[in-house]
Amino acid sequence: MPTVNLNKKKVLEYIGKDITDKVLFEKIPMIGTDLEGITDDEISVEIFPNRPDMLSEEGFARAFKSFLGLEKGLRKYVVNKSDYKATIDSSVKEVREFAVAAVIKGVNVDSDFIARLMQVQEKLHTTHSRNRKSAAIGVHDLDTVSFPINYTTRGKDFSFIPLEGKAEMTIEAILTEHPKGKAYAHLVDKDVYPVWIDAEDKVVSFPPIINGIHTTVTSDTKNLLLDITGTDEKVVVQALNIMVSMLSDAGGKIYEVDVSGNKYPDFTANVMKLDLSYANRLLGLELDAESAIDYLLMMGLGAKKVSESIVEVSIPVFRTDILHSMDLIEDIAIAYGYENFDSEMSDATTVGAESSKTVFSRKVSELLVGLSYLECKSFHMTNAKTLFEKMNHEVSKDIVRTANAVNIEYDAMRDRLLSGLMKILSENTHNEYPQNLFEAGTVISKDDSAETNVSEDTNIALVSAGLTSDFSSMKAVIETFALNLDVDIRFEEHEDPSFISGRCAKLVLSGAMIGVVGELHPEVLVNWGLDVPVAAAEIDLLIVMDAVFK
Amino acid sequence: MAESKKKTYNLQYHEVILLKKLSEMKKSTVLALDKILGIDQAAVVRAAMTLAKLGLMKIDEADKMVVALTREGKSAIDKGLPEKQLIHAVIKDKKSLLSKIDIKDKNIALGWAKKDGLVELEKSGNDMAVKVTSKGQGFYKIKSDIELALLNIVDNKPVDKKMIDNLKKRRFITADFRTVRTLSMTSDGEKIARSVKLVKEVSKLTPDLLKDEKWKDVKFRKYNVVAPVSPSYPGKKHFVSQSLEYVRRIWLEMGFKEMEGNLISTSFWNFDALFVPQDHPAREMQDTFYVDVKEGKLPDKKIVKDIKKVHESGDKDSCGWGYDWKESEAKTVVLRTHTTVLSAQTIANIKESDLPVKYFAIGKCFRNESLDWKHLFEFYQMEGIVVDKNANFKQLLGYLKEFYRKMGYTAVRIRPAYFPYTEMSCEVEVFHPRKKEWVELGGAGIFRPEVVKPLLGLDVPILAWGQGLERILSEYYKITDIRDLYKNDVSKLRSTKLWMW
Repeated sequence: MPTVNLNKKKVLEYIGKDITDKVLFEKIPMIGTDLEGITDDEISVEIFPNRPDMLSEEGFARAFKSFLGLEKGLRKYVVNKSDYKATIDSSVKEVREFAVAAVIKGVNVDSDFIARLMQVQEKLHTTHSRNRKSAAIGVHDLDTVSFPINYTTRGKDFSFIPLEGKAEMTIEAILTEHPKGKAYAHLVDKDVYPVWIDAEDKVVSFPPIINGIHTTVTSDTKNLLLDITGTDEKVVVQALNIMVSMLSDAGGKIYEVDVSGNKYPDFTANVMKLDLSYANRLLGLELDAESAIDYLLMMGLGAKKVSESIVEVSIPVFRTDILHSMDLIEDIAIAYGYENFDSEMSDATTVGAESSKTVFSRKVSELLVGLSYLECKSFHMTNAKTLFEKMNHEVSKDIVRTANAVNIEYDAMRDRLLSGLMKILSENTHNEYPQNLFEAGTVISKDDSAETNVSEDTNIALVSAGLTSDFSSMKAVIETFALNLDVDIRFEEHEDPSFISGRCAKLVLSGAMIGVVGELHPEVLVNWGLDVPVAAAEIDLLIVMDAVFK
Repeated sequence: MAESKKKTYNLQYHEVILLKKLSEMKKSTVLALDKILGIDQAAVVRAAMTLAKLGLMKIDEADKMVVALTREGKSAIDKGLPEKQLIHAVIKDKKSLLSKIDIKDKNIALGWAKKDGLVELEKSGNDMAVKVTSKGQGFYKIKSDIELALLNIVDNKPVDKKMIDNLKKRRFITADFRTVRTLSMTSDGEKIARSVKLVKEVSKLTPDLLKDEKWKDVKFRKYNVVAPVSPSYPGKKHFVSQSLEYVRRIWLEMGFKEMEGNLISTSFWNFDALFVPQDHPAREMQDTFYVDVKEGKLPDKKIVKDIKKVHESGDKDSCGWGYDWKESEAKTVVLRTHTTVLSAQTIANIKESDLPVKYFAIGKCFRNESLDWKHLFEFYQMEGIVVDKNANFKQLLGYLKEFYRKMGYTAVRIRPAYFPYTEMSCEVEVFHPRKKEWVELGGAGIFRPEVVKPLLGLDVPILAWGQGLERILSEYYKITDIRDLYKNDVSKLRSTKLWMW
């Protein structure tokens, strides 16, 4: 979620009232943005992805001003008639289908404004527009553009001078050499490339990569042309509405653009009916229509009473987050103030219950604790070296790996617990022996029959490290375990490269192998940097549990 | 045990043997007694002090010069003074060349012999020849004053001060002032010494002693009960487990059933069922761990169809996200990013007749983060849902406040937040009494109808929360580096205080 640094002076100027830092500190978090900090010059806030309309000083001030009760209700945006025309060529369908445009006149463009505009554009690109995929915004000096403009496609050899460039570049060159081209080439990997061309054949932009040079916005610019293109029509229109409302709040006048017969921007509010009894039931409040309307107005929405229990709400077009009347109820709750809700204990009677696996694991843990074993808790994520190589095992084909781990030391899921305990022993050689450790937990391996192609099991592993640790002492522990759980676990000769040959047994329950016990091989001990003998066991706990609860 | 006319004395073994021995000797220094009694000096002093306190013995302390022979002093008595050994070598062994003379401390011997005019040196080629003077001859025949003085010291006879200084200078003796304790009997002591019985003292109680009442004839050696002992190590549950058990108990007491499920899930359950759009940033590789297995399987057709529809176009009450929902994306397999996946799976199995129901889960979740003092890539989350037609936002606050009150936090507040699957969405914070600041612990809210209706088939408010636990556990155990929770340092596991709730 993006953090934006808003120009504090500008925000207060738009609110039209000097507001103390204390009030800002109290109120900003309660409108649904995360306040990071306030300095003399800046308000640093994290804007949640549901409110991209608040990414600019203008948008933030608009919402905040209503929330403070200074200017409530739906804002009016006048869209002036015009002759600006744009056409969309059908060839864009296969590469970047949707395009809209709008004109804003009389904006006071200074260097500070350009910087703020670029910040909003950038934040909208990365969040709301999913890194320019769903939508990309172009801002141009209107007076350099000849209408009508045409959204069409060109081949890779088509060339123009890109923004801030010195010489003409072909599209192919831009995509392979220009930093913006390289960053976003994957969004236009078709044979044809989308471009806005004006009536004099000059390139307005090559979305979503870069603008042409001749529409560059400078501090002399008075009037702006916005173009938005993208793959998601809804997001494209929303981005236009957010940008236009911002520029209008900054003092600009909005002029429509006819894009292949559709006029943009369209500020007709969406209308939704809100059932107040539904709202009151969910919130645990008893609001009448008048107070509910007042709270809705505080959120910058329009609202009027239809009946005692129905309110008609007008939603400004830059509010992208309202999908359901639930969202309006949340706005009422925010305006009411989360801090003003009392807590209430429900009188719904239900009966609590632990899962049988929790109960069983706890019983087993308590038994081992009674045998002076210390419980360990390690990560499920580990690596093949720990799981296999250091244990003298071949790397299993069924090990589950993550495709994209940041930590390459933790790129595989454990399929056994014993190696984790060996790692713990290796990290505790400075501590006093004997060290008797156990861990119970989930182990994971590939299994095509499972819903996720991965099966999860619960194991328990034990290690005993110390001068007197040997096969017999560990066998005694397993026998105590079996006796106390009343299961018939048998020992049979077994070979496993982790253990000394002839000092290892498999554990068998009702004919099935459920685990292994043995004295660790000297090579394994050396691999782990240990200089005391270690006896160990690992058991499939779920099979034992099934036998116990049968 | 012994008795005098007035008093009973409970004397220990060492005290009895000291009393009896001194009664024979009448008087002795402490120094002389250790060998006689066969116990060490400190034990003699301890016994003497106890007896003195009881009025059975007197201790006189005086600073006395204590003279002791050094190694060189002992050697001078056994083998003669070094200079005498030198003269001996020249006369008896006919070794007059200096380099041929092989005695210990040759240079010291030569120094003293020359100083006292006992030998003379003459050049002899590259070597020196040693010649014994007539004074030297005389010296060789008789015992010198020094040797006589050393013998007096051995015999504990007095030696004059000048000679003591001389012997010290030649490093034959050490002479220091020390406190010498002289013990003597009192009359009470004499009486007790006659009557007291010496009882055998034992350190260990053995099965043999327990037989036939033998233990009645022995005395158990008194132990120093404040002396350090070697540590004893417990078997113990991991401190995180101890606290999770408590968390589990809180929810059980409030009537919640435990949910279970896998750590690995399809994106369908982890995201799509929770109305997280398929291009949501949380689903990207930098946040979510994807697993290298082929695509997973989706549940029965109806749920998939309903969820696809609610994403694409919503229903009569919702406009949905408005995009093309893809099965292939839902089939990707991830490490669950939140325990909310368990809530989604549980809700899909609830029937209307089950209501009201409450569920909780405590489980690991995974986020593709780097590991540092503040971040873990796998961490515990505590999940809860309340499925009740009468549930409301105030009750959500009620459950959370009650939980945190039992965790020791009285001040709980919520702030507006955003999650794609809840509405109201809130961030839950508790007030940290020591740091005097609000600490974020996780999200909560009411599940959106777009989540509930496809899974449950009804529009019922479902209160839900997913709270991180590591921060408050670290606080309880005073851990500042969050990685220490899972470091498994054996000495820490052995010594970390118990979870006390």
